[in-house]
Amino acid sequence: MRPSSSILHALGLCAVIIFSMFPFYWMVTASFKTQTDILASPPLWFFMPTLDNYRAIFADSKVIGAVGNSLIVASCTTALAVLLGAPAAYALARFEFRGKGDLWFWFISNRMISPIVLALPVYILAMQARLLDTHLVLILIYLTFNLPIVVWICTDQFKSIPSDLEQAARLDGADQFTIFRKIYLPLGAPGIAVSAIFSFIFSWNELLYALVLTRKNVQTAPVVATSFMSGYELPWGKIMATGTVIVLPVTIFALIVSRHMVRGLTMGATK
Amino acid sequence: MAQTTATPNRGYGRWTPLWFLAPAVLTLFLIGIYPTIFALVTSFRQYNITRPRDGFPFIGFENYINVLSDSTFWSSLLLTARFYVTVLPIQIVLGVAIALLLHKPGMGFLKSLARVTLVVPLATTYAVVGLIGRLIFNRDFGVANQFLNWIGFPGFDWLGSQSGAFAAIAIMDIWQWTPFCALLFLAGLSMVPGEIEEAARLETSSKLALLRYVQLPYLLPGLTAVMILRSADVLKLFDMVFVMTRGGPGSATDLVSVYIQRVGFRVFDLGTASAQAILLLILTIVISRLYIRLIYREVN
Repeated sequence: MRPSSSILHALGLCAVIIFSMFPFYWMVTASFKTQTDILASPPLWFFMPTLDNYRAIFADSKVIGAVGNSLIVASCTTALAVLLGAPAAYALARFEFRGKGDLWFWFISNRMISPIVLALPVYILAMQARLLDTHLVLILIYLTFNLPIVVWICTDQFKSIPSDLEQAARLDGADQFTIFRKIYLPLGAPGIAVSAIFSFIFSWNELLYALVLTRKNVQTAPVVATSFMSGYELPWGKIMATGTVIVLPVTIFALIVSRHMVRGLTMGATK
Repeated sequence: MAQTTATPNRGYGRWTPLWFLAPAVLTLFLIGIYPTIFALVTSFRQYNITRPRDGFPFIGFENYINVLSDSTFWSSLLLTARFYVTVLPIQIVLGVAIALLLHKPGMGFLKSLARVTLVVPLATTYAVVGLIGRLIFNRDFGVANQFLNWIGFPGFDWLGSQSGAFAAIAIMDIWQWTPFCALLFLAGLSMVPGEIEEAARLETSSKLALLRYVQLPYLLPGLTAVMILRSADVLKLFDMVFVMTRGGPGSATDLVSVYIQRVGFRVFDLGTASAQAILLLILTIVISRLYIRLIYREVN
């Protein structure tokens, strides 16, 4: 390869890295700036970092509470999605029955629906059932996008498990539930883990449902971060520190499943 | 092996699939279908919860007639379409370029690093993308204006002007979703059989010919997926725009989900908002059928 071509290649790749990382970098650096440094015009690229913003948000019970709410909601909805979705995925992967294709498509198409379509009726129904501002309503409504993702990824994973194992177990007299528990759950664990991580990421990141279905008690982290965005002088450092605290855990999760990212987001349009 | 039609030898009872499926199907029915039916019923009612004394009488198709003759609703749909045709070509071109850079042999470490960093925009909480946008595009201390100054242009009030706000949300969307296109196209490129690509590289030195005749056929499925999925995403797009502009200034960034949310939860006219949501749902169902038809053809 000609040297000029590899220099161009390297420069291109560096441009890609800068492109992907810049907004993230800008948020993280802002979270270490004082308010004066953030308001400097033109913006400062070099500054004395401070931990004051983090001290402020960790002393703020609202932020801590919101992160706690997000953790509760995202963990519970993920656990439920796996509990309900994995058996369904097994049925779709291994059984033949009428209407299977339609059922599968129905699971998948749930994922494309705009949250606003369900947010309106769920708001009214939750209000009548006195479930507004509870963890439960968010945990349940998040299943509308988590169940499809778990069903999709696990179906794919279970299909890749050789059915000889199942036949052998059946000859030994194992019933269907035992086969599922003793063969499919352990062997399908990687796929289940990936789908769980995806559903955690999506739930953690969700704003619209959380915004309309919660009031004071169950506000999730994105709602609280958004609520800082009002008033005359915005506490930019605090906002960016909160943003960093929200984004960091899911970014780490996403890096763990980065190999599956595209398949997860397209529901498997590519193999 | 002896098989009878009554009990085919498949090793499980007739109702076994039901036990595995029922919990998921019932749950999704309860949280997905039931509210949708409720929204359908609400869309035929006058339903303003700030005026409960009026009751919630059925008014036939009046909400639908109002929505369809409401120019604001149409312009929010039109704006959503405009947003789609603005961001999508840029995301596709940048996506293909990045995929080619990542597919090209050599530069092992830098390439792995670039691949990993592409995941960061995809994972960033949409609302936080909006917060970052507010900081970057600030008129007085935003870094976007600093960049403009560096290349000799005066800074301007991005979020305070109609075209500036539209450009700002478009740029943030391009930042967040170009990696998705890039990774999808990269998956397509890696499907090109190695021998064919080698042979083509020996035949021609033209990168363009290679792209057009060898790689393009493998990019097409990804392209279809991107076009359809992004259209569903744009119809859903709410978080980032809500945080950055709330649909303003004026109605410059009033995309359809943002508009319906305002009608429902600011004006509390849930009847009208439900009618709008049902229309949006119909549009989404058409898109998702299209996706299933084109992408999952081979499944059945």
